[in-house]
Amino acid sequence: MSIQVENISFVYNEGTPFESVALKDVSFTIDDNEFVGIIGHTGSGKSTLIQHLNGLLKPTSGRIIVNGIDITTKKDLKDIRKEVGIVFQYPEHQLFEETIYKDIAFGPSNLGLSDDEIEKRVYDAMRIVGLDIKIKDMSPFELSGGERRRVAIAGVLSMMPKILILDEPTAGLDPKGRDEILHQIKQIHQMYNMTTILVSHSMEDIAKLVNKIIVMHEGKVSLIGAPKEVFKHVEELEKIGLGVPQITYLVRELRKNGIDLPDDVLTVDEAKKYILEYLRGVDNA
Amino acid sequence: MGKIIMTKDLTFVYEAESNDSSKKIVLNSLNIDIDEGKFVAIIGHNGSGKSTLAKHFNALLVPTEGDVYINGMNTKDTSHLWDIRQTAGMVFQNPDNQLVATIVEEDVAFGPENLGIDPKEIRERVDFALNAVDMYKYREFAPHMLSGGQKQRIAIAGVIAMRPQCIILDEPTAMLDPKGRKEVIKTVQKLNKENGITIILITHFMEEAVLADRVIVMDNGKIALDGTPKDVFKEVKILKDLGLDVPQVTELAYKLKQEGIDIPTEILTVDEMVRFICQYK
Repeated sequence: MSIQVENISFVYNEGTPFESVALKDVSFTIDDNEFVGIIGHTGSGKSTLIQHLNGLLKPTSGRIIVNGIDITTKKDLKDIRKEVGIVFQYPEHQLFEETIYKDIAFGPSNLGLSDDEIEKRVYDAMRIVGLDIKIKDMSPFELSGGERRRVAIAGVLSMMPKILILDEPTAGLDPKGRDEILHQIKQIHQMYNMTTILVSHSMEDIAKLVNKIIVMHEGKVSLIGAPKEVFKHVEELEKIGLGVPQITYLVRELRKNGIDLPDDVLTVDEAKKYILEYLRGVDNA
Repeated sequence: MGKIIMTKDLTFVYEAESNDSSKKIVLNSLNIDIDEGKFVAIIGHNGSGKSTLAKHFNALLVPTEGDVYINGMNTKDTSHLWDIRQTAGMVFQNPDNQLVATIVEEDVAFGPENLGIDPKEIRERVDFALNAVDMYKYREFAPHMLSGGQKQRIAIAGVIAMRPQCIILDEPTAMLDPKGRKEVIKTVQKLNKENGITIILITHFMEEAVLADRVIVMDNGKIALDGTPKDVFKEVKILKDLGLDVPQVTELAYKLKQEGIDIPTEILTVDEMVRFICQYK
């Protein structure tokens, strides 16, 4: 499913002394089945932007087209909300049911599905996020932080959205929990051809996963493109409080020192390959 | 150099209230000495016991067995409780849960006010604390107008106003963006270097841990590794098995070594890696 964002602006508290412009003339396109990363420091407009993508906020001006439908003029947004699922920051704070099963089933139950269908969706969602079906009758509050977060993600997946938006899904998790969640998101993207949008502060994670990056700064899109292109703009990213993966800094420093390496290395394995070639080339010379 | 923190066979067991069978040993007979003036990082996966350990350092928790001494004071001795809390201050993960007043400088003054200190001295302490975290010019702001990194620095200022010898920070950057993270870590480093305050930093970010004098790796309530960042992070395999991470350049050095390149595995920074590779030019 695709999204076209056309010249949207959004003003909080318009016409009051607290008026503040959160988005200024933002435009971009997300194609079907893309994996997009949104980066930007706190207050850059990321969260305001994603809330526009399923009609939680309506732009002050501009339009948003999801799967060919202009959601900015549409009154009934039920269908859009079904198709665009958002996992908010610290989603585990939104768990409320007494069992894991009930919490994940909450969304589909409201769709008027049969009990069998609901059960199937809950089990599927649990399997996707790596939760053992056996724990379904436990209280979500007996779980660890990382597991609770998976329950919350499963609650969105059980709606079977076509577009999945995750706002910093790994914040506060340890490295292992982080890698597990990211691995599952990657699998969901691949197995279900779900258009996926990931908001993150980790340049390393973004570099590993996405095929397009949107960089937000002061309510505007400051850079957009493939990770290899975007992460070449080191100075620009640093100026707006962001950075590039450590390995990209390393290769940049090596290039400054006259070592001939490509200028778009983003991962440890790529760097290993090129540096090995370089070191072995030097040996043979 | 004095030992600001000592633990002797520290064991801590959590007991679920109703259920005897659900006893969980969270800390298992730990002996840790921390020298005054050091910057110590504690890493470990969720549930490894890091935060429980930290809470023993200012008597928020007391050991089930064994003892913890802060500046020689046993945390089990309740007559020292306030001295201990003043010696060792804590900063937590979420800045929004730690700020109590509606104006920044009032928030920082909250601790000293409760000690019954003379108003003139409170003013001095607050000004000093706000300058130490580089937030003096925001002293009349409302905390909710500040960024996460700024709020976290106010929380640190609130601890500094208590004139502690030691600050324990439990994942202070987990909820911050890269800029806020840098601000907080810079502040922590400055307090350690310029003011000689002992720092204990619990973190999931390995690039923060490499800045410490000493890194303690927790696993299952025990110490898995303990040493300088160079000693600890060269154990790439052990760390990965524990579900932890190493800086990207350290991982690169490890992988190059596996390919037969004669490279020191204790590389932690971009500069060190650049120096190594450039010697082949």
